[in-house]
Amino acid sequence: MIDYLMHDEQDTVGVAVVDIKKGHLARGRTLMGNGAPEIEVLSEIPLGHKIALRDFEPGDTIIKYGVDIGKVVNSIKTGEHVHVHNLKTKRW
Amino acid sequence: MNIPSFQGYRRENGRVGIRNHVVILSVDDISNRACEVVANHIDGALALPHAYGRLQFGEDLELFFRTLIGMGSNPNVAACVVIGIEPEWTQHIVDGIAKTGKPVTGFSIERCGELKTVANASAQAKKYVQWASEIQREECDVSELYISMKCGESDTTTGLGSCPTVGNLVDKMVALGATASFGETSELTGGEHIVREKAANEKVANEFMEIWNSYNDFILKEKTNDLSDSQPTKGNIRGGLSTIEEKALGNIEKLGKKTKFVGCLKPAEAPSDKGLWFMDTSSAAAEAVTLWAASGAVVHLFPTGQGNIVGNPIEPVIKLSANPQTCATMEEHIDLDVSALLQGELTVDEAGDQLIDLMIRTCNGRLTAAEALGHREFVLTKLYRSA
Repeated sequence: MIDYLMHDEQDTVGVAVVDIKKGHLARGRTLMGNGAPEIEVLSEIPLGHKIALRDFEPGDTIIKYGVDIGKVVNSIKTGEHVHVHNLKTKRW
Repeated sequence: MNIPSFQGYRRENGRVGIRNHVVILSVDDISNRACEVVANHIDGALALPHAYGRLQFGEDLELFFRTLIGMGSNPNVAACVVIGIEPEWTQHIVDGIAKTGKPVTGFSIERCGELKTVANASAQAKKYVQWASEIQREECDVSELYISMKCGESDTTTGLGSCPTVGNLVDKMVALGATASFGETSELTGGEHIVREKAANEKVANEFMEIWNSYNDFILKEKTNDLSDSQPTKGNIRGGLSTIEEKALGNIEKLGKKTKFVGCLKPAEAPSDKGLWFMDTSSAAAEAVTLWAASGAVVHLFPTGQGNIVGNPIEPVIKLSANPQTCATMEEHIDLDVSALLQGELTVDEAGDQLIDLMIRTCNGRLTAAEALGHREFVLTKLYRSA
């Protein structure tokens, strides 16, 4: 059972494909079928939500699909939930 | 996979439809009642009521006429009764539809009254439904299909599963000569540079960027906040999407891996050739699907994450989802469950083949979930205030 997927090797976030419990050691893979790091999950991550694959500081860019999807506005630790509370658009 | 032919309805102008509707098309808001009464009276007639058609002007009026004429002209329509309050605009729409060669008759309510108009229009509609009931399906090649696609209530599973499934179908169908169209101008924001790279040539790329820039400028001018209240939508956010960039990158998975788009269309404009086309559309589901139906698309592919339930009166909408929660809790709305993609139990290529199979069955007459549930959202795009 895979817990999260990465679209691209360059991605700094993964997408939960099951509901992941806090404290769980999450197993991932890339859409190309390659392995991805095991991550100790620090928040509850619902299916479809993003998990940080590294630490971030405000102003950092988050990469998904190998592409910029927005800027970090609050510090994020590896294994934490990444969403609208700590990630904002660079557009509009 | 061996892609079969399908059984379609060949119309007077050679175009192929997959449904055989007799529509009662309303020219304006105040003629909706007459159209609905006729459709209630005549079995098999389908009323197309809507909210506009009065005092529109300029580009907005052009779009209005293009949409109404396009709906009547769609190959999924066998024949058309048009009812409006005044004779002039009614006749303009009748003349536009008549160019296809299909049977169409207009009725206007002024100097006649609604009751007599309903009686006259009902008599005509009865003749049309009986005539249409004898039209036979015939074997048609998939290169004669015009397919539209747009996702809705997206979440991260659309980018992981259901949109790549549509993209796989697009690569296979366009290679066989089919016509396809994508749009959702505002929801390409964050991935516009990737879409630009998918243009067939520099002229098409520049046209696309001009349309996208114009929409982006409009949003920047009208917005009162960072738009995070509406793009992504609350449903998108609940499903895990955080920014418009992330949403757009999932959306454009529908374009396929190999296919280049050959041109840009105005809203509701019919493609002039085969291949993949960009259409400048709103991202609101019912508005966008209506614009494609008016451009002549006969079948719509609709990936959804959190569960959009949209349908269209004349263009069947096929829903697919890779979200296992949505496929379980909203099962009656989902035509194809591709959630096995998330655990790698299904490949995108296999999912694409499953979608092609379902699309062909739909073209042969299988009702979509939205059709069976009676979803007939006919929503006009309005560009600005009426006079």
